[in-house]
Amino acid sequence: MIEILSDTALATVQDLGRTGALNWGVGTSGAMDPLALAAGNLLLGNAAGDAAIEIQVFPFAVRVHADCAFALTGADCAARMDEQTLLPWWSGMARAGQTLRLGLPVATAWPASRAYLCLAGGIDVPEMLGSRSTQLRGAFGGYAGRALRQGDLLRAGRPGGDVNGFGAVPPALAMPLQQDGLPAIRVLRAAEYDRYTPASHAAFWGEAWRITPQSDRYGYRLAGPSLTPIAPIELRSHGIVPGVIQVPHGGQPIVQMRDAQPSGGYPKIGTIIEADLWRLGQAPIGSRFRFLETDWATALAARDANEAWLAGLGRLANLQRLGAAAA
Amino acid sequence: MSPGVSLLGTTALLFDAPGATDLPTQQRIWSLAREAETWPEVREAVPGMNNMMLVFARAPRNLDALEIRLHEAWAAATPLPLGGRLIELPVVYGGEGGPHMADVTGHTGLGIDDLVALHTAPDYPVFALGSHPGYCYLGGMDPRIATPRRKIPVLSIPGGAVSIGGTQTGVSASAGPSGWNTIGSTAMCFFDPTQHPPALLRPGDTLRFRAERVVR
Repeated sequence: MIEILSDTALATVQDLGRTGALNWGVGTSGAMDPLALAAGNLLLGNAAGDAAIEIQVFPFAVRVHADCAFALTGADCAARMDEQTLLPWWSGMARAGQTLRLGLPVATAWPASRAYLCLAGGIDVPEMLGSRSTQLRGAFGGYAGRALRQGDLLRAGRPGGDVNGFGAVPPALAMPLQQDGLPAIRVLRAAEYDRYTPASHAAFWGEAWRITPQSDRYGYRLAGPSLTPIAPIELRSHGIVPGVIQVPHGGQPIVQMRDAQPSGGYPKIGTIIEADLWRLGQAPIGSRFRFLETDWATALAARDANEAWLAGLGRLANLQRLGAAAA
Repeated sequence: MSPGVSLLGTTALLFDAPGATDLPTQQRIWSLAREAETWPEVREAVPGMNNMMLVFARAPRNLDALEIRLHEAWAAATPLPLGGRLIELPVVYGGEGGPHMADVTGHTGLGIDDLVALHTAPDYPVFALGSHPGYCYLGGMDPRIATPRRKIPVLSIPGGAVSIGGTQTGVSASAGPSGWNTIGSTAMCFFDPTQHPPALLRPGDTLRFRAERVVR
């Protein structure tokens, strides 16, 4: 059991997302960095999709009320358990009475903005419509359908236990992706791509895009060159997914993120491939990146690479646990 | 005209029926969705407004085969009428609950009374759910009151907001961002996650707006 000490909004319980409820208008939610969430779970021997706490406002602190194995992944927040410094992307034991503190994300070779606190057995909250992710718009799922507050108590699915310190290399180091000196995000063209001017196409792929402060789990509003359709586009409402890059009439794109609505009507110039959504999910506000055009085969290869990276981590973590049990 | 098929990254595929938006086409979409959701590579088939999103269970290597099957299924799809209930919604038009009324009257050139008369006249069939939990996309709006979506989305409109976006109208089921023009408000609970099904309305139901009050 842990108690939230920070009176900070915006930390939420998330898993890999809610599937199967789109036909009731319910979006998927889920971790902005699903790789970090899955990796933290694998370090603990959890199922990859167990629920964890996604932290995006710092500093953040929790008090431990009962011994529990934990893992911290995502942004390197110079975390401390009482006075002991913790390595990023690492697992350990939290003892009753200790306090875990996360500071501001530190500048690393892999800038990131969201941290994940995983507990053994996952965060024990009820499953709602097939998921433990917080559905902020619908005010259900996660912890009471809302962001965490000071005094909230969260239980681990598997309290007690033991774990030797064991960690992982962050995927941003293991699978870096850059283009002309900036982080790159791979994109497949979407339905209205051909209805934009050649100059807009050139700008979309060629220029850097900045993540504005009007960006959150719902979507990232980007700043850059204005994208102009050849003729005004007005569409019928249709299903959309996290990663869709919409262009409202103002010409500045919005990338739908994990709390995205399941449908929309703005023109779509492209969609970020699922395998790269974690990269944008971790990109700090104010940072710049480039869109990189990709094709179907490369996109599937990227998915396979993510899955292979997670599978490798899961095997190492299992060996580590077997070794610890035998010792 | 042939239907449009396009990608939503590696997550989903979008199918857009040709022609003007109407109920018979939507009934074919319902029929297509019912078939497509049985395909092994499809996790969810989600009807929109005369279109449908297929969310992949796992993105298939061979996209062409799926597209061909989709075109064949559409050609064979016959309208599937879904019987439903008629639900009446009392609406306060204009005033604080309808902050964009002036934009809509300005765009359409109609007076507020004419606009309300045109908005309350039809029976609106529920075409699909989407946008946010419990929200319904409705058919049947009079094209004379169509108004483009806002250039910049509003960061939050309240639950119960009655709004117009392009050629469509709808009622928000909870507070949240929207690019539509809000012309009025209603009090009704559209979604309860503890119920099954969690949404009050479903495709095939019919909605009717009644002017409870008009704030001029």
